[in-house]
Amino acid sequence: MIRALALIAVLAGALPAVASDRIVSVGGAVTEIVHALGEGHRLVGRDTTSTYPQAVRDLPGVGYARRLSPEGLLSVNPDLILAEQGAGPPETVDLLRTAAIPFVTIPDGHDRAAVLAKIEAVAAALGVPDKGAALAAEVGAALDAAAAEAAGGAGPKVMFVMSVQGGRVLAAGRNTAADGIIRLAGGENAISEFEAYKPLTDEAVTLAAPEVILMMAREGAADGADQVLDHPAIRTTPAGRARALVRMDGLFLLGFGPRTADAVRELSAALARAGS
Amino acid sequence: MVAISPDSAPTVQGWDRGTQARRVTLLLVVALGVVSVFSLTVGAAGTSPWAVLADMIAGREVALADRVVLFEIRLPRLVLGALVGAALAVSGAVMQGLFRNPLADPGLVGVSAGAGLGAITAIVLGGLLPAGLAAALGYYAVPVAAFLGGWAATLVLYGIATRRGRTSVATMLLGGIALGALTGALSGILVYMADDAQLRDLTFWGLGSLAGATWAKLAAAAPLMVLALVAAPMLARGLNGLALGEAAAFHIGIPVQRLKAVAILTVAGATGAAVAVSGGIGFVGIVVPHLLRLATGPDHRYLLVNSALLGAALLILADVISRIVIAPAELPIGIVTAVLGGPFFLWILLRKRGVLDL
Repeated sequence: MIRALALIAVLAGALPAVASDRIVSVGGAVTEIVHALGEGHRLVGRDTTSTYPQAVRDLPGVGYARRLSPEGLLSVNPDLILAEQGAGPPETVDLLRTAAIPFVTIPDGHDRAAVLAKIEAVAAALGVPDKGAALAAEVGAALDAAAAEAAGGAGPKVMFVMSVQGGRVLAAGRNTAADGIIRLAGGENAISEFEAYKPLTDEAVTLAAPEVILMMAREGAADGADQVLDHPAIRTTPAGRARALVRMDGLFLLGFGPRTADAVRELSAALARAGS
Repeated sequence: MVAISPDSAPTVQGWDRGTQARRVTLLLVVALGVVSVFSLTVGAAGTSPWAVLADMIAGREVALADRVVLFEIRLPRLVLGALVGAALAVSGAVMQGLFRNPLADPGLVGVSAGAGLGAITAIVLGGLLPAGLAAALGYYAVPVAAFLGGWAATLVLYGIATRRGRTSVATMLLGGIALGALTGALSGILVYMADDAQLRDLTFWGLGSLAGATWAKLAAAAPLMVLALVAAPMLARGLNGLALGEAAAFHIGIPVQRLKAVAILTVAGATGAAVAVSGGIGFVGIVVPHLLRLATGPDHRYLLVNSALLGAALLILADVISRIVIAPAELPIGIVTAVLGGPFFLWILLRKRGVLDL
């Protein structure tokens, strides 16, 4: 009986609905795109990674993107959930389907095409494809311009360091957002031997010989610039000798949202300064 | 919890430990009822079960969201919390009795380590499964792997510790340590291979949660937990006899080997199922039996039943806290049980120093 009703409700939910105006946005970049489209007023909830723009911080937080609580989500009474790839868990997604609340997954990726695809997917889900096309064109042009500027740069070897907790350097390999942004900014990822974020031995750090160390700027981070650059392995690299450390806000640098063109420009300028 | 307050049970007529234990049982039944109703009533969504009930009786249409919250979220969580709490507490009590060791918990027979390895394997290597199998398992891959891992570890350990039809408890303890180190190392390799998202999943799995409760998961896991809960009281007399030592127990006519086999296998089944559906929820298996021993003594005839009731009530309460304290987000339940259980248990220990026994 409940199931039958739920099924009817799901079918009803699949029909072109009236524009949703109680949206929960899961994923920092997704939330940024909603705002960049001028639709921020339709948001009623966000996950812990959605911290920009400032206005979204006042929205109720529904928890960590991969551990969404079904009742928590339902409690803000949403009529649409926009989620980055990997949001879940699947049990929660299934329950939302039972409750007839549309759950739209926005594809992820770490290059120009992925940014534009994200914008278009969000715009389509919000029912504003025209605004989406306009924003995508604008962001696309900005990315092209930034990439053209960056291409003239020195193209230094950059190592993205997630942390130096306990003296172990945790660095970004291929297929990471860090790898993507370094490429866009005209740099070369110093680590190409592995995928994802992995701890490096001190020897591997020396061997990678990065010219610039890139890190996220964290509020209240304990690992100060000296601590990173005086790390016994990093000290031996060209970056360590030249004290070339660049720090940028994590969501800005790695979000691959509407601000990515600015991030590319800022990063390539920083790389040029650090390399000289 | 009220049961803790009498400092010692005076052995006067009509007020011995048995009477007291039965009163505690009654009290715990009431407490379980109260927290159950509480758990259906509170939550991030303002759904009131009374309003829904009234609507259903009056034949009015119940809003879909309310129905989902009550029947697809809160009710399965309540049942799962009760079963997992009862299963973990009873398993702990049985293990402590069997090993005659106050620190024994179901982890001693390798279940937790094996289940952990199973879960990590599924999270990290799940993508390597053939597409057809992966689709069939869906999000049951992790629970199924955790359960199989737990069972496999227990069977291996039981096989190692059993020679010529006799299971050596000491071999089992030491073998458990060796097996734990080995599974820990294998888990470490997988953790190294895991990507960022998988690492997050691993961390959260280890902290436990009842958030993934669905009727389908319950249907799969409940039989093993219920089996252990039904079997446990039958072990009570044997475990009481075992308190005298294995040889003495054998001479007063207790089938020691059969007792060990039944106890270890039912505990492995129940704990494996509990860990599989709820992740790593610590503390319940150790704290609950000890609290009850302090209150009403070590007699397993009462201890096992009361452990089940208190374990269920405590876990339901912990789950309620876990989902309202930072609503609309949710705290992993393992954090709640440890934060509440740790200090409370220490306080009891400080007050009762010297009376602690098995």
